[in-house]
Amino acid sequence: MSEDDGVLRAPHVLEYEYKRSVGPVIGAFMTGLKEGRILGVVSSGKVVVPPTEYDPESGADTGELVEVGPGGVVTTWAWVTDPLRDQPLDHPFAWALVLLDGATTGLLHAVDAGSADAMSTGMRVTARFRQLSERQGHIRDIECFTPEPAGNAQ
Amino acid sequence: MTAPEVSGEESVTTIVTPIHLDYRYTAGLAQSRFLTGISEGRFLGQRCPRCNKVYVPPRGSCPTDGVATTDEVELANKGTVTTYCVVNVPFAGQSIELPYICAQVLLDGADIAFMGLVQEIPADQVRMGLRVEAVWVDPSELAPNLASVKYFRPTGEPDVPYESFSQYL
Repeated sequence: MSEDDGVLRAPHVLEYEYKRSVGPVIGAFMTGLKEGRILGVVSSGKVVVPPTEYDPESGADTGELVEVGPGGVVTTWAWVTDPLRDQPLDHPFAWALVLLDGATTGLLHAVDAGSADAMSTGMRVTARFRQLSERQGHIRDIECFTPEPAGNAQ
Repeated sequence: MTAPEVSGEESVTTIVTPIHLDYRYTAGLAQSRFLTGISEGRFLGQRCPRCNKVYVPPRGSCPTDGVATTDEVELANKGTVTTYCVVNVPFAGQSIELPYICAQVLLDGADIAFMGLVQEIPADQVRMGLRVEAVWVDPSELAPNLASVKYFRPTGEPDVPYESFSQYL
């Protein structure tokens, strides 16, 4: 339809600001991020990251919190050519599952690699935290992951 | 790995997760006619060719008969409060002083009530059957949206008996 067909059109923005209770375990994870640490939880011989209150397979209570990372290995990734509003980075980046050192499950986050050519499965990356004053107890306290220097690849 | 000590005082208990949706709304032919009328300071409805009911705002079809409503009808600037709600609860983004009245106004000539504010009368004096008229923004501020209708205010006419609008509740 053309714009002069008598039909009116207008932008319409819906925004909801949900405030969610995170509970004791995710709360500890978020608190850890604020302190510049990444926490997982021990469960059935695994280390689950981000930590959960219940074992993802058995549903049993999980155990102690442990610190993991900040380095890890990319296990799978997808390149984002045109980042959307509110995505972690405003230039092309990769969404990746990062198996942090000491963890047995991958953490989904952004990798700032510059170009898709610099991405590979098995590459080593490390977390880049925001400045302490900018941290809010949120997954965004990790700004992104960045490739470790060459020679660290597994 | 080291067993972390999580500080009690600064523990994170909540996070804010905003949801932001960008739409481009297309009003359609009937609502566009209505909104264009609003920008001219008048209420335009449409009549069902089968049951003769007048809908405002028009949606382009009759919900009872399922036929297109092409016959345009200009409604009066006056109407009757059929039912209303006294709003006493503050909420985010509120711009009107509490308490205020949100009412269903049956415009003269319409067969469906129209929602609007009722002002220039104390909240505890608003009643079903009250005669009201629309107060519009300054002509220079008229726009194709409902902010153009500032509110409805009493006309001073006698109340309308309940029986005359009971079928519109």
